[in-house]
Amino acid sequence: MKLKPLALAATLVTLGAASFATPAMAQEQYIPLLSYRTGAYAPNGIPWANGKQDYVKYINANGGINGVKIAFDECETGYATDKGVECYERLKGKGAAVFDPQATGITFALTDKAPVDKVPLITLGYGLAASQDGGVFKWNFPLMGSYWTAADILIQHLGKKEGGLDKLKGKKIALVYHDSPFGKEPIPALQKRAQMHGFDLNLLPVTAPGVEQKATWLQVRRDRPDYVLLWGWGVMNSTALKEAVATGFPREKLFGVWWAGAEPDVKDVGANAKGYSALALNPNGTGYPLMQDILKKVHDAGQGSGPRDEVGSVLYTRGMLISMLSVEAIRTAQEKFGKGKVMTGEQVRWGFENLNIDDKRLAELGLKDVIRPIKTSCEDHMGSSWARIHQWDGGKWVMGADWYEADKSVLDPLIKEAADRYAAEKQIKRRDAADCQS
Amino acid sequence: MLYRENGQFKTSYAADQQIFPILQDRWAIGLLLLAAFVAMPMLGSEYFFRAILIPFLILALAALGLNILVGYCGQISLGTGAFMAVGAYAAYNFMVRIDGMPLIGAMLLGGLSATVIGVLFGIPSLRIKGLYLAVATLAAQFFTDWAFLRIGWFTNNSTSGSVSVGNLSVFGIALDSPVSKYLFCLSVVCVFALMAKNLTRSAIGRQWMAIRDMDVAAAVIGIRPVYAKLTAFAVSSFIVGVAGVLWAFVHLGAWEPAAFSIDRSFQLLFMVIIGGLGSISGAFLGAAFMVLLPVVLDQMPHWLGIPISTATVSHLVHMIFGALIVFFLIVEPHGLAKLWSVGKQKMRLWPFPH
Repeated sequence: MKLKPLALAATLVTLGAASFATPAMAQEQYIPLLSYRTGAYAPNGIPWANGKQDYVKYINANGGINGVKIAFDECETGYATDKGVECYERLKGKGAAVFDPQATGITFALTDKAPVDKVPLITLGYGLAASQDGGVFKWNFPLMGSYWTAADILIQHLGKKEGGLDKLKGKKIALVYHDSPFGKEPIPALQKRAQMHGFDLNLLPVTAPGVEQKATWLQVRRDRPDYVLLWGWGVMNSTALKEAVATGFPREKLFGVWWAGAEPDVKDVGANAKGYSALALNPNGTGYPLMQDILKKVHDAGQGSGPRDEVGSVLYTRGMLISMLSVEAIRTAQEKFGKGKVMTGEQVRWGFENLNIDDKRLAELGLKDVIRPIKTSCEDHMGSSWARIHQWDGGKWVMGADWYEADKSVLDPLIKEAADRYAAEKQIKRRDAADCQS
Repeated sequence: MLYRENGQFKTSYAADQQIFPILQDRWAIGLLLLAAFVAMPMLGSEYFFRAILIPFLILALAALGLNILVGYCGQISLGTGAFMAVGAYAAYNFMVRIDGMPLIGAMLLGGLSATVIGVLFGIPSLRIKGLYLAVATLAAQFFTDWAFLRIGWFTNNSTSGSVSVGNLSVFGIALDSPVSKYLFCLSVVCVFALMAKNLTRSAIGRQWMAIRDMDVAAAVIGIRPVYAKLTAFAVSSFIVGVAGVLWAFVHLGAWEPAAFSIDRSFQLLFMVIIGGLGSISGAFLGAAFMVLLPVVLDQMPHWLGIPISTATVSHLVHMIFGALIVFFLIVEPHGLAKLWSVGKQKMRLWPFPH
């Protein structure tokens, strides 16, 4: 009978239409977790997703946020924008407190939707650089850094290596980037720096996902740049490192963004990648109290989201920090709107805007000397732009001693201009002082 | 018993040539439209509109356009994503560069731009056929990917290469709620479906089908292949371009060329093949299959309360989905539309089949 499959399909569709969005339990704060555990970016997406989830489990094991437990769902986006939008629409209805889109493309699509739905977006170290300007981007929080601060810090580091930013004059710096919004974001900041210090900026795009880079590295070999900046994600990074090895480009002169500085990026290349450096928003390892606590309360209890030896890896730690900051925002909001209550998206947004994680709080959290203090405000949605550089020694990432902060005098005009342009395009009014209080 | 045309006499040519000659069909389609336009906006949840119905309608429109080219005219194309992208970026440029450009105007101009590019890339079809043509249209895909990534002018020199639109409105009605967006998409899709259906029933549609069935024979009986093939490319890419505008403007809001990648082209080609080549309803059935099924499969464990990790679910979805495609193609190689008409045929004889 040929009607049978038809009937089957019809049943499936009706099922799909029938039931949606079972609401989260009362008295539970709901945090949706977008992730990608499949596709070209999965090797990097998995530890990130596990870190996010483990911290949530850790908070629940500790009794929640002032007694409010956290409910969560994971939704697989596969790094695809349309799938990410679908996940967002599916999960926001359950009273989502915050979204971490985990992809620049998805962030762009959600930036327009978040103000309508009143859900804050946390884009730690990625997303829209201009969204640091809270006056225009009320719902975006690129905490701890954007691609512009990353570019700025890398140039500062190169200047320091050369013995002064003025020594960069006449040098050739190439940017090998993922040809997508993610890879293109740093370009304006780099151009500004190139103009200031007189170095040549050479832009070398790599078609996504970046498994084919022969032509790009041929160009590197021909141009012989003094430094190469690597703006890659997922499989693009290990491919770039392999190509650098094949071309004989010294790894000591290759510098990655913080998304190109994790274990999956260098593991396949191993000892050959020795000397490669990348920005570090966070250290790796489990040698501090919070990580030990997570191991004890989550992994020892058999609740771990991933393998135990992944705990403390660079991207796992970053995912953990994203959840930590989200939880701290909810905690901050609770202090204003009522302890032990479930916060709405709007209240959590206030929490994000009034984060104040000082050294004392970091020590309480078990994160002493792991990250720098973060303090956000209505104007500044980033909170801190401090980062370090870490280097691959062939077996592990070794953290450099120097902390760098992005130069506000360089970036602020750029951010203001980009934010104003966005506001004009979208016909958004800059928030006034009264709005900042709310 | 219920579904048969006994006693329905056609007394005029108009009655004989209407789209749905059977009374029951007219009722059914009327009820369907009523449900779509009236009941759905009252019943549907926001998620249902935004994540399911709107993408379904837009992709159905794109599949409809592709079906004219592949199903009716027999020219295999892998450049659908490219033509959608042309439509989307052209409309974006008309919106940004011309003050006060209405959405419908930008949409139609986007469609026209896609037509121009579509005809341009359709010219090789005059010389090459079948799989070779598929490869030639693939060139359109790579070319537009390259153009929209690298040529700053197209994206209004957006630093990140991502462009976005906002504050859409039609005839003074703001398209800000999911329901209004849904109704707008639905209206556009209905208009284009009706237009496409009538085109395929007209002289030009019969020329396309003649070319599809045997181009030499068609040429012998006086059909000009140049005209027939290029009109098919033109009409198809116009509809696909409009679908691209809707996808970018209404569904995504902010997009980059990756939204119209080669995957999109393949997805649409599969929709057309699974839905049924050479049928209008096939485009809708195919789009429903390709859009709804993964979403339903994805959430199935959650509804049933089976704890499976998201990664496993995602892998399972791919496996089950692939298996279902193979299954349907074996059971009914002519697609879901054929399955539907077989079902109707059986209904006519029910409950006393010969």
